[in-house]
Amino acid sequence: MNTSERMITMEVLRYRPEQDETPFFQQFLVPFTDDMSVLQGLQYIKDELEGSLSFRWSCRMAICGSCGMMINGVPKLACHTFLRDTYPNTLRVEALAHFPIERDLVIVMDDFMAKLESIRPYIIADTPRALSEGEYLQTPAQLDLYEQFSSCINCLLCYAACPQYGLNSKFIGPGAMALVHRYNLDSRDSGSAQRMPLVHAEEGVFNCTAVGYCSQVCPKKVDPANAVNINKTESAKDYFLRFVTPKGAGK
Amino acid sequence: MDVFKADVAIIGAGGAGLRAAIAVTESDPTLTVALISKVYPMRSHTVAAEGGAAGVVQSHDSLEHHFHDTVAGGDWLCEQDVVDYFVAHCTEELVQMEHWGCPWSRKPDGHINVRAFGGMKIERTWFAADKSGFHMLHTLFQTSLKYPSIKRFDEHFCVDLVVEDGRVQGAVTIGIASGEFTLIEAKSVIVATGGAARVFRENTNGGIVTGDGMALAYRHGVPLRDMEFVQYHPTCMPGTGLLFTEACRGEGGFLLNKDGYRYLQDYGLGPALPTPVNKAMELGPRDRLSQAFWYEQQKGRTIEGPQGSVVHLDLRHLGEKKLRERLPLIYELAEEFLGVDPALTPIPVRPAAHYTMGGILVDGKCAAPLPGLYAAGECSSVGIHGANRLGSNSLVELCVFGKVAGEEAAKFSRTVAPGNSSTLQQQAELAQQRATNVVRKGKGTERISSLRREMAESMERGCGIYRMGDEMQRTCDKLTELRQRFMNVNVEDKSRVFNTEWLLAIELGYQLDVAQAMAVSALHRRESRGAHQRLDGYTERDDVNFLKHSLVTYAGENTPNISYGAVKITHSQPAVRAYGAAGEKADAAEAAGKIA
Ligand SMILES: Cc1cc2nc3c(=O)[nH]c(=O)nc-3n(C[C@H](O)[C@H](O)[C@H](O)COP(=O)(O)OP(=O)(O)OC[C@H]3O[C@@H](n4cnc5c(N)ncnc54)[C@H](O)[C@@H]3O)c2cc1C
Ligand code: SF4
Ligand code: FES
Repeated sequence: MNTSERMITMEVLRYRPEQDETPFFQQFLVPFTDDMSVLQGLQYIKDELEGSLSFRWSCRMAICGSCGMMINGVPKLACHTFLRDTYPNTLRVEALAHFPIERDLVIVMDDFMAKLESIRPYIIADTPRALSEGEYLQTPAQLDLYEQFSSCINCLLCYAACPQYGLNSKFIGPGAMALVHRYNLDSRDSGSAQRMPLVHAEEGVFNCTAVGYCSQVCPKKVDPANAVNINKTESAKDYFLRFVTPKGAGK
Repeated sequence: MDVFKADVAIIGAGGAGLRAAIAVTESDPTLTVALISKVYPMRSHTVAAEGGAAGVVQSHDSLEHHFHDTVAGGDWLCEQDVVDYFVAHCTEELVQMEHWGCPWSRKPDGHINVRAFGGMKIERTWFAADKSGFHMLHTLFQTSLKYPSIKRFDEHFCVDLVVEDGRVQGAVTIGIASGEFTLIEAKSVIVATGGAARVFRENTNGGIVTGDGMALAYRHGVPLRDMEFVQYHPTCMPGTGLLFTEACRGEGGFLLNKDGYRYLQDYGLGPALPTPVNKAMELGPRDRLSQAFWYEQQKGRTIEGPQGSVVHLDLRHLGEKKLRERLPLIYELAEEFLGVDPALTPIPVRPAAHYTMGGILVDGKCAAPLPGLYAAGECSSVGIHGANRLGSNSLVELCVFGKVAGEEAAKFSRTVAPGNSSTLQQQAELAQQRATNVVRKGKGTERISSLRREMAESMERGCGIYRMGDEMQRTCDKLTELRQRFMNVNVEDKSRVFNTEWLLAIELGYQLDVAQAMAVSALHRRESRGAHQRLDGYTERDDVNFLKHSLVTYAGENTPNISYGAVKITHSQPAVRAYGAAGEKADAAEAAGKIA
C-alpha cells in the first residue's frame, strides 16, 4: 500500500437553505494517503478548509449507517470508500439521491423513519414467553433464514438506488421491506399477518420493477431485492388465496 | 421556546437509554418518556460493539466465578454489592434480549452459544457473530417502537440540565435540523450518553462519543468517580484506532512481535499453548496486554509501520472459513482498510483508547447524589468495572442497569409534583443564551480542530498506557491552558439549520472538562492499579492509601477538587491479580484453602 501523501480534488455539493437558492458544487484540494476514506477527506475539509460543511458520521467503520452519500454518482458509505480508488480523477460527493436535502450532504430522513415505525419491526409472539422459561430454541438453520435481512444498518443506500422510490416515495422501499422479511422469517415471530397488509398495499412490493440495483449497492449484503421479490410472491399467494379459501384460512 | 412535558427524560438512546426507556414504560405505561438523542438511536455507538455480552449459562460456570473475574479484573476497585446484583441479573437480561428478537448465535441444538473473552475464567460471552452491539442496539430500538408513551427527540442535542429547587427538573436541547431550542420538563432525568474516549488521539470510539452527559452532570456539582481509569484496547488499527475485537483472540488468534514470537509469555501470562486457554496469553486482561505492548516497544521488538509501532494479530491458522463465519466484520475491516487478507497475512495492530471506566457517580440503584438524576451505561460509574473493565461486561451492563435506572426514575417521578414552569423556562432561556453565545459572540481566534488535536495529543502523552507524574502535570497544565483558550473559540458558521460546527464547539467544551477530570484524577492517584499504571516510583498497587474511589468535583475555571470515597468490599479481599499458569496456581491454592 502506498503510504506517501498525494493531493486529490474533492468536489462537494453545498446547500445551506438559509442562504443558498439552489445547491452548488465547491472544490477542495485534499492531501491524502492510501488508507484514507472519503469520510476522512471530508473531515479534513471541515477541520482545515471549510468549517461550515455539514455531513453525518460517527462510527467510521461501516456499521452505524450515518454516512451514506452519492460518491461519483453511486450511493456509498463515505467511511467505507477510499480516496485512492478515484485518484487522480476528481471525486464528486453529493447528498443521497431521492431524499430532500436538509443541508449540504445531510438528507431529511423522516420518511424512512416513519416507514420503519409502520412495519412493526419487533417480535410479535402468539403467547409471550416468560423469562423463566429461558430462550426460545432456534437452530442455526432457522437463524440463517433471516440473519442476512437482520444485518440492515438503515444506511438508505438502497433507497438512493431504487428507481421506483425515486418516482414515488410512497413505495415502502427495499430497506424496510428487508426488515419486514427479517421478522416474518424469524421462528420466534407470529406477526406476519399484521405486517402483510403493508406489503399488499398499493405502495407495497408490486411497485418493484426488479431492477436489483438496491442489492448491488447494499454495503451489508442484505440483498433487499430478494426480500422484495419473495414478498411479492408471498403477497401474490395471499392475494390469490383470498379468493379460493374461506376468509383467513390462507395464513 | 418549545416546551415538552415528560415524566422521565432520558438523554441518550444507545443501549442504556433505550433499555431504560422500555423499563419506564413497562413499569408504568401512563408515564411519558422523552427520549433525547443527538443522533438517530440506531447510530449510537453501541452499534460498534463487536464481541458480545457476558451472562453465566454453562453448568460448570457460576455467578461466583463471574463475580470473581469481574472484581479481580477491576483490581478490587469494584463495589462488590453492586457486582453481586449485576452478575445475578446478566443472564436474565440477555434472555430478555433474546425474547425481543436479538439474533444471538446458536449451538446446533438451538440453545444460544457462548464464546471465550479476555479475563473470563469460563466461556460466558453471548454473541451475535461479531456484530453483537449492532444487533443489541437495533433490537432495542425496534422493540422500543412498540411503546406509544416513548416520545423520541431524534437529532436533539442536549446543552444543559435544568436544576431547580435542589433537584433535576428537565433538559434543554437544540433541534439539530432547525437550530431551535426546546425545554423538556421532566420529574426525573436519566443520563445515558456513553463514554468519552475521544479525548484521546487514537481511539476506537465514534465521533459522537464526547462525554457530554458526564460534563453536564459534573458542571452541576455531581462528582465523577474513578475518571483516571481509561482502558486501552490492545488490538486496534494503526492510525484510525478502529477495533479488532477481542473475539479474534477468543477464537484463537495470536499476538506476535517482530520475531514472530508470542511475546505475552514473557509477561506472566504464559505458557504459550497452541489453543486458547481462558485468562492466559492472548486471553489475559486488556490492561496487561496493552502494557506488554508498551514494553515490547521499549525493547525494540515491535514492527515499525507508517502509523507507529505495531505487533501482529495472527489469525491465519483459523482459516478463511471460520474467519468468515465467526469474524466477518473483522475480515472486512482488514481487507478494506488495510488491504490485508487475514487468512493469509497477520494484521498489524497497536493499542488505542477504548473505554471510560469512570463516570457519573451513582449508587447501586443508578441514582446520582443530585435528586431526580440517574445515570446508566458507559457515562456512569455504578461500580462494576473498578480499575479495569472486562470485555463483554459493558454491553450487558447497559441492559441490567438501563433497566434499573428506568424503574428507579419512574418511581421517583411518581413521588414529586411537577415543577414551576415559569422558573424552569427562565433557566432554560439562560441555557439557551450560553449555548448561543458560543456562536454569536464576536469572532474568536482559536480553531476548534487545533484545540481538539492539542487536547488529544496531550492526553495520549500524559495519560496513556504508562504514566509519569511530570508528564501528567504537563497534561493538566495544558488542559488548563486549552480551557482558557476555548473561551475564545471561533465558530465561523452562524446559521441555524444543521450547524455541526456549532455542535462541535459545544462538544469540545464538554471534552475539555472531562479530559481535565481524568488528568487531575490520574495525577493524584499515587499508585498503580488496573488501567492506571505509573513508572515514577508508584509502580505498585497501594491498598493502604489507595483502595479508594477517586471523586473529582467541578470548580469552574479552577482546577477541579479531588477527594476519595470508600470501596464496598463484601467478600473478596484484595489479592494478587494472577493470570496464565500463575493464575491457575492461585485459584487452586484458594480452592484448597476453602476445603481445608
Ligand atoms: C468498538 C467498540 C467495541 C466494543 N465491544 C464491546 C463488546 O464486545 N462487549 C462489551 O460488553 N462492550 C463493548 N464495548 C463497549 C460498549 O459497546 C459501550 O460501553 C456501550 O455500548 C455504551 O453504550 P451507552 O448506551 O452507554 O452509550 P452509546 O451507545 O454511546 O450511546 C450514547 C447515546 O447518547 C446520546 N448523546 C450523547 N451526547 C448527547 C447530547 N449532548 N445530547 C443528546 N444525546 C446525546 C447519543 O446520541 C447516543 O444515543 C465496545 C466499545 C467500542 C467502542
Ligand atoms: S438494505 Fe442494505 S442498503 Fe438498504 S438500508 Fe439496509 S444496509 Fe443499507
Ligand atoms: S460513519 Fe458509521 S457507517 Fe460510516
